[in-house]
Amino acid sequence: MRRGATRGVRRPGLPLDSAGRTADRGPGAVHRPSVREAALSAELAISTAGLRRDFGALRAVDALDLAVPAGSVFGFLGPNGSGKTTTIRLLLGLLEPTAGVATVLGHDVRRDGARVRERCGALLEHPGLYERLSAADNLEFVGRAWRLPATERLRRMERLLEPLGLWERRHEIVGTWSRGMKQKLAVARALLTAPDLVFLDEPTAGLDPVAAAALRDDLASLARREGVTVFLTTHNLAEAEKLCDLVGVIRRGRLLSVAPPRDIRTSVGASRLVVTGRGLDAALDPVRAQPLVAAASLADGRLTVELDDGADGSGIVALLVGQGVAIDEVRRGSADLEEAFLALMAETADEARPGDPGGGEADAGIARPAEPARPSDGEPMARSDEAFGARPGPARDGEAGGAPVTVRGSRP
Amino acid sequence: MSDLLTVCWKEVRELLHQSGSVGRTLRNLAFMLAVFGVFLPWEFGRALVDSPAALLPWVWVPFMLVSGVVADSFAGERERHTLETLLASRLPDDAILLGKVITAALYGWGFALVSAAIGLATVNVTHAEGTLLLYPPELLVGLVVFGLLGSLLMATAGVLVSLRAATTRQAAQTLSLAIVGLLFVPIVALQLLPGTVRLALVRFVAGLDMPLTASLAAIGLIAADMVLLGLALARFRRASLLLD
Repeated sequence: MRRGATRGVRRPGLPLDSAGRTADRGPGAVHRPSVREAALSAELAISTAGLRRDFGALRAVDALDLAVPAGSVFGFLGPNGSGKTTTIRLLLGLLEPTAGVATVLGHDVRRDGARVRERCGALLEHPGLYERLSAADNLEFVGRAWRLPATERLRRMERLLEPLGLWERRHEIVGTWSRGMKQKLAVARALLTAPDLVFLDEPTAGLDPVAAAALRDDLASLARREGVTVFLTTHNLAEAEKLCDLVGVIRRGRLLSVAPPRDIRTSVGASRLVVTGRGLDAALDPVRAQPLVAAASLADGRLTVELDDGADGSGIVALLVGQGVAIDEVRRGSADLEEAFLALMAETADEARPGDPGGGEADAGIARPAEPARPSDGEPMARSDEAFGARPGPARDGEAGGAPVTVRGSRP
Repeated sequence: MSDLLTVCWKEVRELLHQSGSVGRTLRNLAFMLAVFGVFLPWEFGRALVDSPAALLPWVWVPFMLVSGVVADSFAGERERHTLETLLASRLPDDAILLGKVITAALYGWGFALVSAAIGLATVNVTHAEGTLLLYPPELLVGLVVFGLLGSLLMATAGVLVSLRAATTRQAAQTLSLAIVGLLFVPIVALQLLPGTVRLALVRFVAGLDMPLTASLAAIGLIAADMVLLGLALARFRRASLLLD
């Protein structure tokens, strides 16, 4: 995580302190004036409090509380129609919020939309390139619009296009380019004015895997080099995991969780223990009989143990050793982000409200019932000799990041 | 002013590439200039400078050219998915709107003036018979003033239509209908009038003080331009443009 980024999981809807950290007051916490105060804080690149946008009877964004630290790469995850694009439009001052407050780079988006747009770059739903013009003309227009001097325009153009491999082709008509090249150019355009904050709305959508991976690499290095705060919406979970310091999950306009990707992953698979070795068959029943074990199963020579929340896995390892199991490997369960995301979606599936945005298409596409965890996705915890050697118990994934885990469920 | 010029710069670049490439666009323009600057004046001969009616095509041309360009102004951006990016820029509303209006109007007006100038050169070459033919001053002033005001009227009306049109085609159809209505309804209505009324009307027009009438018409056009521009500015709401 880069400058200013805040670690830790935030339960949506809870008040923030002035630095954007969670002031968790428990499950019953409600909006207080401090939320508004925090939202107006200039230390955060983005802060919103109770942000809402209705389109008639449709609630596209619902009571959104966000705190995006300056300098971070923030991923906004959600299925199609979950309110990601509407949120960007609200944050850019292109749409008026129905309720709530949003501050971007210290400016209230209702009052200072123009100032917000002046300090932000954006790659929106579509690349938005003038396809009849050359790449250089497209960037020239943006440079002129932001009143960059001619020499600075050229310098920035070269600085951005060169690493993307587009500098030599800048005089070509954009309409003749591949989609991947256009996306790269659109990213360069968003960064041309050296903005403090850049919005990227599904930047790799529609690209083939190779082009998407290349763009992702370019994005990561450009964002790092430019030191810009990035607000990235995506439904590509690998992308979020690779690029983002902090991830917010949104569904039907409601924020479900905000946390570093690693913490979101561990929040789903943290209480799972996966053991491989010989002699596991005989140990299955004794393991199931343990009070802290919720479930245990054996498949393909691999024992998967679901532990109750907060249970330590070291007792199970000791039990297995006592049962004569020759342990090859013990993994503390850690789902990948996709699994965590699906779990979050599944948790809120029952709360579906008729007429909610994204309720149809989105759910059909993404929020299918969570698949069983893939043990191989877990982080290696310890080899058998280490497992019951110096360390009394496995380290938790979440602890490694120094952040509390668990953000599930809808905002109170 | 800088923002306005930036939008004009972009619009001009787009105009130059409207036929696919600058070369093709210039070839198309050259063809039109050949028709309106050479062929028609050659046909009209001395009537081009003697009769005000001969200049009607040069007043008509800006309408057609401007309507073609201006229909694309917002509807085209919407269709090509560039509108949202434009609206997300730091450019202010009035710069975006006026930049598009001014570029379209100057395009039509400029073409009319250039083709009228080439036309004058043509008749001097083909029909001068040793004398220098010039437009009468009142005709020249009329061409310059009404060409500009007419182009502006078309540009503001076109932008107003294009702001809400879903596609360029839809905007162009609406504008074509408006032009046809504006020009042909009075002609048809005139034909439907009884002969005596028509004659009285012609006598009335012939008896008008032309400079005064032209001035009043110019003031009327300026007022119409202002009203349409005001309406377009009032209609220019980023949120509405996105949601439309």
